[in-house]
Amino acid sequence: MKLFPIRGGIHPDYHKELSGECAIETLPLPAHLYLPVQQHIGAPAEILVSEGETVKKGQLIARRQGQISAPHHAPTSGTVIAVTEVPAPHPSGLSQLTIVLEPDGRDEWVTTLPEPIADPFAVPAEVLAERVADCGIVGMGGATFPSAVKLQLGIRHRIDTLLINGAECEPYLTCDDRLMREHADEIIDGARIMAYALGAGRIVVGIEENKPQAIAAITVAATAFPQIEIAALPVKYPMGSERHLTLAITGLETPARKLTADLGVVVHNVATARAIHQAVRFGRPLITRVVTVSGEGIRTPKNIEAPIGTQVNDLIAFCGGFAQRPERIIQGGPMMGTPLPNLDVPVVKGTSGILALTAAEINDRPSDPCIRCGSCVNICACGLTPVELAARIRHDDLEGAITLGLLDCVSCGSCSWVCPSHIPLVHYFNYAKGALAAQDREQRKLERTKTLVEANTARQERLAAQRAAARKPKAAPGGEVSA
Amino acid sequence: MSQAATATISGPFAHNTNTVQRTMFTVVLALSPATLFNLYLFGWPSIFLFAVTIGACLATEAISLVLAGRPLWRTLTDGSAILTGWLLAMTLPPWAPWWIGVLGAVIAIPLAKQAFGGLGQNLFNPAMVARVALLVSFPVVMTAWIAPHPLFSDHSPGVQQSIAITFGGEMPDGVTAATALGYVKTELSRGVPVAESLTEYGRDTTLTYTPDLMDLATGYKPGSLGETSAVLILLGGLYLMRRRIITWHIPVTVLGTLFVMGTIFNLVDSSRFAPGLFHVFSGAAFLGAFFIATDYVTSPVSEKGQIIFGIGVGLLTWVIRTFAGYPEGMAFAVLLMNSVTPIIDQYTRPRLFGRTRKGEPLPIKVQP
Ligand code: SF4
Ligand code: SF4
Repeated sequence: MKLFPIRGGIHPDYHKELSGECAIETLPLPAHLYLPVQQHIGAPAEILVSEGETVKKGQLIARRQGQISAPHHAPTSGTVIAVTEVPAPHPSGLSQLTIVLEPDGRDEWVTTLPEPIADPFAVPAEVLAERVADCGIVGMGGATFPSAVKLQLGIRHRIDTLLINGAECEPYLTCDDRLMREHADEIIDGARIMAYALGAGRIVVGIEENKPQAIAAITVAATAFPQIEIAALPVKYPMGSERHLTLAITGLETPARKLTADLGVVVHNVATARAIHQAVRFGRPLITRVVTVSGEGIRTPKNIEAPIGTQVNDLIAFCGGFAQRPERIIQGGPMMGTPLPNLDVPVVKGTSGILALTAAEINDRPSDPCIRCGSCVNICACGLTPVELAARIRHDDLEGAITLGLLDCVSCGSCSWVCPSHIPLVHYFNYAKGALAAQDREQRKLERTKTLVEANTARQERLAAQRAAARKPKAAPGGEVSA
Repeated sequence: MSQAATATISGPFAHNTNTVQRTMFTVVLALSPATLFNLYLFGWPSIFLFAVTIGACLATEAISLVLAGRPLWRTLTDGSAILTGWLLAMTLPPWAPWWIGVLGAVIAIPLAKQAFGGLGQNLFNPAMVARVALLVSFPVVMTAWIAPHPLFSDHSPGVQQSIAITFGGEMPDGVTAATALGYVKTELSRGVPVAESLTEYGRDTTLTYTPDLMDLATGYKPGSLGETSAVLILLGGLYLMRRRIITWHIPVTVLGTLFVMGTIFNLVDSSRFAPGLFHVFSGAAFLGAFFIATDYVTSPVSEKGQIIFGIGVGLLTWVIRTFAGYPEGMAFAVLLMNSVTPIIDQYTRPRLFGRTRKGEPLPIKVQP
């Protein structure tokens, strides 16, 4: 199929061989599961269980609040032993309200699972979106945006193409590769359900060429469906970025501050497609996910289907522990993933990988002065000039940084990766984005205060005027009296 | 940026293996074959001058760093001072006295680089600033080119005599020879047509042979260390491209422009204008195109900017060679283009994804 070129990009060491040939293994039930109420973009879920309560596998334990939110379900049967603040899988190490579940080992399903939908193509799209929402499915590539909301994009937009993202361009990660090899039929079924719900006539599964078995498996699974095309994508990071994938496959460039849906394109990850298949066909909520545990620091790298809420500790133990002292533990891929504060944090719905990286793999060193080599400019897939942008940010010129594209940066990390001077460019950009967001909040607060103050002054003035008006008639007669 | 804001760590947690140091030493490695050949060609005096120039660059860098209170060892070993010294040495007349190298280093490092704020901050190519300053100040010494005197050959000066040449300033008689560019220029000013002087070059000088294009290319001819062997410089340049240290944009546009300008004007009037190939293979064209104009710090960062820059360097080199008082114009051309690099950078920024050139969001287009 005809592909369209994307600008720039890099070719990092992929290290996919560490775990690429390891079939997905199921993790034995851990001793405890930690389920944070917020594992997605949007409002946190509202907890429905309390300490001491017993729950069954698949039981709703926290329900979604508002449109952009997702519920959570018990990954196995057991007892809620605590509802408490636990450090979240986030570099800040901040705590989050979390349900702690002690499995009883019986792994008993709840009897009230939603009914399987035997023929999803015969029910209205809303029913499917409702089901996806009820099953707590969020974008599993790491974006964690509630999938049901994305499925409803068909209501306000004319969607003609559904892209299934199997690029998996981050180094080390192989969970999507394995899913495509081992569960191609389920992914294709999920994709067809989504396309139907969106009203999209065309489905394209994009897979980077370095996953030939995945391409083969998906091709076989898709043969019966002429509306499905397979795009073997050139291996290039960040091919899996939603906008770049859309450009590469459809040739359409998403305008700044718009969605791919505005162009009639919706992108979903392969793991999400499979989860949707399970939710629709079997009424199964999202309670497990496949995680790649890899890096030179891990003794036996694996792809593990683990219950949501499994502690990173348990995953690493299942992989034989550490082979050598890791420099950092990363959640996600090395390019865009985040460092974990400790090993007690749980796997959440968006956790695609847990990497134990050694100092040699990270290859960090103190930065040198910029030698203006231009590499960062020429590899940026978004057309930014990172070297200049960093200079503006260093001078606290956020306005200037915005004109140079600060808000168009997808934080892919390529510029930092390529910089021979090891300048932490992305770090500057994240700092600036954070500062802007803070400014924004500050501005809004100011405006609110201003309105309040204005309202207050207006009231005071009104009161003063009333008082004055009230005094006047009194004063006037008094005046007369005194005259 | 406040300290607190930099406390949390951002990715990526992977990095390619390239470093500043590795980049600099790869360039040095790429220059080595041409350098070695030329040190052989011009013998001991050139080896002495080469060592003095690089040593002086390292020394002046060290002194500047100490005075500025900057970290010494890390910067000194980043390879940039060595590379500057190396490039400067390659543009000097090989038998020039030692103080030319030292003076050049003083101009290149403390003045042209450290005074601007050190590595990455200088607007002009330090080696070229030094070369031009020396050329303007000491025109005689800086144009005393000599004929090849290969090491171990009969007329190669011995170590003793070489010490006298480099450190005592005792230039033997009858060793100097004009470079091809210089010869053609002088002859032209006497009214000799270019075509004629080209064939006369060599017979008329102390050279015992007439260098043909082949000699110009392989480097068996008078000139600086970097001017002589176009072929070895080209090899080094190709190696740099292969290692992705440089891209084709600057070298190809510099040489291409030089060739096109030379050819067009030569076709118009061959008595006044030297042919394109002659331009490409003489002087510092190859060294300039692959190693000097491509200097990261002083050339544009985007590929488009580099193309404009390269065309500018090629054009100005040709103009200066043809119309100005100096036979070789590469150094001037590079410096002139260095001065407009910030402007080129500003106008050649890539288009932002999803935006027009003006920065407005693209209009929405949907699939047919
Ligand atoms: S992190 Fe931003 S600036 Fe850097 S390469 Fe990616 S998109 Fe470009
Ligand atoms: S990659 Fe690094 S050294 Fe090169 S221009 Fe960009 S910031 Fe400067």
